[in-house]
Amino acid sequence: MNTWLLAATLASSLFAGLLIFCLPERSVRLRTTINLAAALLKLACVAGMLWGTEQGQQYELRLPFLPGNDFLLRADTLGLLFMTLSAVLWLFTTIYAIGYLEGSPHRSRFFGFFSLCVTATVGIAMAGNLATFFLFYELLTLATYPLVVHRGTPKALAGGARYLAYTLGGGALLLAGIVGLQSLVGTVEFRFGGVAALRDAGDPIVLAALFALLVAGMGVKAALFPLHGWLPHAMVAPAPVSALLHAVAVVKAGAFGIVRLVYEVFGIETAQSLGVLTPLAVLAAFTILLGSFRALAQDDLKRRLAYSTVSQVSYIVLGVALFGPMGTIGGLVHLVHQGIMKITLFFCAGNYAETLGIHRVSELAGVGRRMPWTTAAFTVAALGMIGLPPMAGFVSKWYLGLGALEADMGWVLAVLLLSSLLNAAYFLPILHSAWFDPLPDGQPGTTTTAPVRNEASPALLGPTLAAATLVLAFGLLAGTAWSPLGWVERIASEAYSP
Amino acid sequence: MTEVFLLPLAVLLPLLMACCVHVSADRFARPLQWVGALGMATLVLALVAHDAPMRTVLGGWEAPLGIELVADRLAKTLLVFTLLVYAAVLLYAEGYFAQSPIEARRFRPLAWLLWAACNAAFLSDDLFNLYVTLELAGLTAVGLAALSGHPKALAAALRYLLAALLAANLFLLGLALLYGSTGVLSLRMLAAAVEPGTASLLAFVLLVTALALKTALLPLHTWLPPAHGGAVTPVSALLSALVIKVSFVILLKLWLHFAPVLDLVVLGQGLAVMGALAVVWGSLLALRQQRLKMLVAYSTVAQVGYLFLPFAWLRPGTPAAAVAFDASVLQILGHGFAKAAMFLAAGVLLRAAGRDGLEGLQGAASRQPLAVFALALAGISLIGLPPSLGFSAKWSMLQAALLAGQWPWVLLLLTGSLLTAAYVFRAIRYAFLPAPDVSELRPVPALMSYSALLLAVLAAFGGLGTATLAAWLEIEIAGWPEALP
Amino acid sequence: MSAIAMDAATLWWVLGTALTFLGLGVMLAAPALLRKLLAFNVMGSGVFLVLLALRPRGPDGVADPIAQALVLTGIVIAIASTALGLMLARRYHLATGRDSLPEDAPEGTDD
Repeated sequence: MNTWLLAATLASSLFAGLLIFCLPERSVRLRTTINLAAALLKLACVAGMLWGTEQGQQYELRLPFLPGNDFLLRADTLGLLFMTLSAVLWLFTTIYAIGYLEGSPHRSRFFGFFSLCVTATVGIAMAGNLATFFLFYELLTLATYPLVVHRGTPKALAGGARYLAYTLGGGALLLAGIVGLQSLVGTVEFRFGGVAALRDAGDPIVLAALFALLVAGMGVKAALFPLHGWLPHAMVAPAPVSALLHAVAVVKAGAFGIVRLVYEVFGIETAQSLGVLTPLAVLAAFTILLGSFRALAQDDLKRRLAYSTVSQVSYIVLGVALFGPMGTIGGLVHLVHQGIMKITLFFCAGNYAETLGIHRVSELAGVGRRMPWTTAAFTVAALGMIGLPPMAGFVSKWYLGLGALEADMGWVLAVLLLSSLLNAAYFLPILHSAWFDPLPDGQPGTTTTAPVRNEASPALLGPTLAAATLVLAFGLLAGTAWSPLGWVERIASEAYSP
Repeated sequence: MTEVFLLPLAVLLPLLMACCVHVSADRFARPLQWVGALGMATLVLALVAHDAPMRTVLGGWEAPLGIELVADRLAKTLLVFTLLVYAAVLLYAEGYFAQSPIEARRFRPLAWLLWAACNAAFLSDDLFNLYVTLELAGLTAVGLAALSGHPKALAAALRYLLAALLAANLFLLGLALLYGSTGVLSLRMLAAAVEPGTASLLAFVLLVTALALKTALLPLHTWLPPAHGGAVTPVSALLSALVIKVSFVILLKLWLHFAPVLDLVVLGQGLAVMGALAVVWGSLLALRQQRLKMLVAYSTVAQVGYLFLPFAWLRPGTPAAAVAFDASVLQILGHGFAKAAMFLAAGVLLRAAGRDGLEGLQGAASRQPLAVFALALAGISLIGLPPSLGFSAKWSMLQAALLAGQWPWVLLLLTGSLLTAAYVFRAIRYAFLPAPDVSELRPVPALMSYSALLLAVLAAFGGLGTATLAAWLEIEIAGWPEALP
Repeated sequence: MSAIAMDAATLWWVLGTALTFLGLGVMLAAPALLRKLLAFNVMGSGVFLVLLALRPRGPDGVADPIAQALVLTGIVIAIASTALGLMLARRYHLATGRDSLPEDAPEGTDD
């Protein structure tokens, strides 16, 4: 019981992926069935582990791998948070992708790698030590590359090449950091409070340098400045890929890695004493502002959202870098909230592109009349990103602000405020234009009395609305124990008193 | 008791098979190979199942007069490795030579002879016997390289032969010097009897030079790319995966026996530095290639460099030595499986496309997905991404470097991985391009893709068994230098 | 000039070394394939001489016979290698009309 739920969670998408690779292009129904069945199975397994952990059950799977480093899977509270997010969003994205790619070539290949991608993400969530984490981290790179280059156009291949260069480089740095750290303290298994041997493992400068190396390695995927250059170019991928990459898989994996690093490898106390938290906070703050500024200048909708991701994921890193439970709560809960909000936005972008052929912000005038539901979802998510209550985004920013005060870093408040203003600057005009501007001439139904509706198909609209509902729900129900916030508060209490 | 017959049989059975397939008609040769392969598999399994180290004295003549065959755990690992590579290559060759029976008739006996030579080299512990097996492997390899009779293949085979002959004479000279000063040829007796000093060191350097030439370490590598890239595909796989490993394993054995007696620190660093240069230079050259098989051949030059890095850390009595030994074995296995898989997959893709340039790979991701997948998996092991054998090798090398306090090697290992990724993905990205409209695709038997995939899976996922393998081999290196069998 | 007193063994290993280096030099320098193969044989003979010259002697002064066995094996291997080399060189000459390898490495072909 303890081990096979973990294995089943991984195996569901792994075997689904392998099966789908073997399917011929035209067996649409079978492929759809396998996809959905696997997604639901994974969700069921995660739910099972959630319930089991509530009852006090421990989940662990240990196999020999490298000498001294086992292949270790665990379901701890932090991992479960990420796992649940991945499983839920995978279900949404699968449904979305089935609708989006209808009639496209190479769907078996796409969904095969799609499933492998989620396997890797869940593996990252479940990894119990650095070696296993690294295994799934690199697997993620390999599984996502074919998705980025899926269309086979020169732009796609160029984007893919850049993506690989960045992520493999990051992987190399990460490997160096891992081996270096383990040469000092032996095998590193994740536990809150950090590895005990690290406190007196030697020269603080060496430890700080190793920390920097590890952060750099994970920071590539987390799109931390200056390692974020791959993200906007990876927008050439189909919308479901962008949604998955930017809400769940790649960027979150990087951020999640940094979270594990600070709380469960070094331990927040040791990190504070090494003095590495402040530089990390500065870097995160810089990325937040840089991303927002660059987003302002983008006319391509997906690129604007990409830079927004660059900015928003750094909130998580910022939360981690703020010493104190409030900051931790803010950062970790934003892991979930940003995922939900960003996936909603990308779903909407995909809807606009698929249904009306709109790719640019400037083309969004009056689209609220033609696609009201999608635009409503977009509004909810955008307001959340700006940080307006009662959306989920407000909760994260509130706690980050509290965390900044707690850690005596008042300047962070200014950053948060400025960033919210910038978010408003690049989202509010879109909303205004979409709802209140007249439709451009030449489109059918340009009279103001009865514009023709062209809403997205149900397969595309369903996940969009579901995600938008979650954005509202997580914000409104943030006080309950079952919301992401309640859960994160539990994690934070474990992190500060292991 | 019967185990005594198993070791010589490991050499005699392939020899017998070589003769049989040579004289039999084509329609008997194919089933005969199946019988032979099954026989070899049973034999190797029986050897592995016997846990203790095995030693057979041939003809009843004990050393130093006679020849011994020794099967320690390292030898058993290598025998299994050879078996797996051969199983895949022979399977592949049946499909590959289906339309060219003349080449098949040349290929089969030479391939089995090469198997006999490899097994003999892995089982020998006597310096002169190692020389003979080295020669046998070299000459059969030259014959295989010249298989097609094409002028370029002939030229490459001639260049290979001359390099092999030069290496043979250098080896013999070193052997002569050692024999002259000690009077014995068995490796463990040599290690006991040799006098540390310049003369012995000179002899050892001669041996090392000869073996480095046969393993194509920079700068003695120029014969390899034309020979490996220009041969027919099953031969390329055998050459890159097995033949260069034979000379390397001999070098490793010599090192393990002699390092406790002679001062090899400088030589070790020198070999490692040349290895590092090979990694960088070979990768850069591979990046510039326009033809797939030449890219893979230059990749061998680079990967051979990795084989020589552990010599910087194989110092007796240090904690890094055991890890460095593991790294060598893992690199042998990882590169062998991955490179053979890569050549076999490349052969499938080139045959399907009908031309040998990289642009022939366009659209292969949808037309020959198995072969592309095999190529990608093999590439994963070469780059060193987990959970491949290549990754375990690099992980061990990183650990050994840090244990030995020589952390600059970390930089090289990471750079090497990135350079390898560059040329691997350069080849693979072509497969994702849309296929050109006019496609003269020739049908390729699926069996060929599956044999490539088998080896590629072993390479890409073999790393999961690293802890088990390292624990099994530990007895060979724990407490080095005292515990050598 | 005084006569250099040399016993047989020293003469042999001096000659052997000389032949080895001679063969090595020509093998590396001469372009023609036939000369390289001949040089290989000369070098081989040199090494055999060295082997015989250096062989250890037993307690009653009798030379160790194993060296002869080694040299015989070496000669057989050298003959086989030379034969292979000559066959390849001849085939190469028939196919291309050349008696030496082109100086730069030719590129590989597909199959």
